Amino acid sequence: MASANKTMGGAFERIGGVNALPVILMIIALPLVGSFSSWMTLTVAGLAMGMMIFLMASGLSLIFGLMDVLNFGHSAFISFGAFIAASVLAALAFWVESDSVLLNFLALFLAVSAAALFGLIAGWFFERVIIKPVYRDHLRQILITIGALIIAEQLILTIWGGAPIPVERPAILQGSIIIGDVAIEIYRIFAFLLGLAAFLALYLVLNRTRVGLLIRAGVENREMVEALGFRIDRVFIAVFMAGSALAAIGGSMWAGYQGLISATLGSELMVLVFIVVIIGGLGSIEGSLLGALLVGLLGNYVAFIFPKLSLASNMLLMLIVLLWRPWGLRPAVKH
Amino acid sequence: MSEHILRLDDVHTDIEQYHILHGVTLDVPQGGVFVLLGRNGAGKTTTLRTIMGLWRARKGAIVFDHHDITAAHTSDIARQGIAYVPENMGIFAGLTVEENMRLASANGRFDPARLRRIYDLFPAMEKFWTKPAGTLSGGQKQMLAISRAIIEPRRLILIDEPTKGLAPAIIRAMIDAFREVAKETTILLVEQNFLFASSLGSNVAVIDDGRIVHHGTMAALVEDKALQTQLLSLSLDAHQ
Repeated sequence: MASANKTMGGAFERIGGVNALPVILMIIALPLVGSFSSWMTLTVAGLAMGMMIFLMASGLSLIFGLMDVLNFGHSAFISFGAFIAASVLAALAFWVESDSVLLNFLALFLAVSAAALFGLIAGWFFERVIIKPVYRDHLRQILITIGALIIAEQLILTIWGGAPIPVERPAILQGSIIIGDVAIEIYRIFAFLLGLAAFLALYLVLNRTRVGLLIRAGVENREMVEALGFRIDRVFIAVFMAGSALAAIGGSMWAGYQGLISATLGSELMVLVFIVVIIGGLGSIEGSLLGALLVGLLGNYVAFIFPKLSLASNMLLMLIVLLWRPWGLRPAVKH
Repeated sequence: MSEHILRLDDVHTDIEQYHILHGVTLDVPQGGVFVLLGRNGAGKTTTLRTIMGLWRARKGAIVFDHHDITAAHTSDIARQGIAYVPENMGIFAGLTVEENMRLASANGRFDPARLRRIYDLFPAMEKFWTKPAGTLSGGQKQMLAISRAIIEPRRLILIDEPTKGLAPAIIRAMIDAFREVAKETTILLVEQNFLFASSLGSNVAVIDDGRIVHHGTMAALVEDKALQTQLLSLSLDAHQ
């Protein structure tokens, strides 16, 4: 029995180990979905959704891993990112509806940049005012960040009102590409590519720069980083700001994906974001990517194959992963 | 009389509600190996962590090279030229040996001569340069921790129980390495292994219950068996 397990484990590692899980899931789903065109549509939707959730979750994972901070207010950045991007797109309606590709992308760039800038500034404020006084105190962190989230949602209601607001997609990102009998939404391809670009940028920063080296070291042992002469608190602020900006960018992309947003958007997504962070492993962007892709793909497949299981699918995924790997799929710190 | 590089004057440290250091007064002379001996729980690690600013002194003063560092931030203390090798070695297991070393080097660049010297002292560092530090053995991790402390010129190195759990052959290699390192810097070594400590130390202090109970030369302590028994019986029995 033990040798059979070892053989299976060896075979699993040879095909890529946990990194291959999204591909394995796609292969398993194909016969269950039945139709290739439906499978393709669901897969692209799952990948796009996964990448947007990755944007929101990667920052939170680093904040958890490096700073040991339970930030339940993270979703406020997602919501604000969505609303700010929606407002910028509405203000630039002429550019958004224009036939000019340049104006379309300029409008989108300004919308996403405005959300990111808000994330950076609000992230700095949030870390200094809300988080800093409660470092090393998880209970107070939970209470104060939930309190901050409630205030943020009320601010959104005050500024944008209680009614859901529509989000205009730039003309270039509307419609679908038809390949055979498969229709793939252009916005989903764009969301996937943007998430992929963000992952590659994060990967390069973390693995090819000195700041990245400090962050990875800080996730493992903050005290030792300080004993080597670095101010880890300054790294904390930078990571918090970057994580908040990523959440806001994720929110802005989600706004275009949904087409209609309300003040509770962030809180609703936060469940998925926490699942991704937990199953991916704290402090690891590779883990966040894996977790986000699994959540995105599984959510879409299950909604199609077993609609009644749709709500429970991600919880079941988390349960299975945690029973198999209690520290997540690819935690930054090996236990 | 030699110049003191580090002076602790009536240092009191609390950890949460516990009063651990009860007025530690210590003068560490410049150069050589100064050994702080004591049984488990005597306050040795707390003394080193208080010097590094990892725990705050509630009362008293810590002066390093004429600068008061009592309230200084840990990173500022490190930048003044104090390296710290904790009892658990503080290795970043997920980083490679090279990345561990790069973090400890100024601006991430290595002085080729210093790196060559480290390779000569600890050949395993060159051999496992690109390997994750988490895959090293206990002795190799300790070598990495020491290498990290000496990749840049330091004026004082605080080392906490480097022989703990190591095989005798590794300990012998450590003795040679520490003798070499002590030629250019001062080492404040916390130990329970008296044989190891006495083969390196020029001066010694004994701490018990958060107070320095003896201060003198290592040679005098080695000669005086009665004093050893009186001061260190609890810890020496296990190691001699």
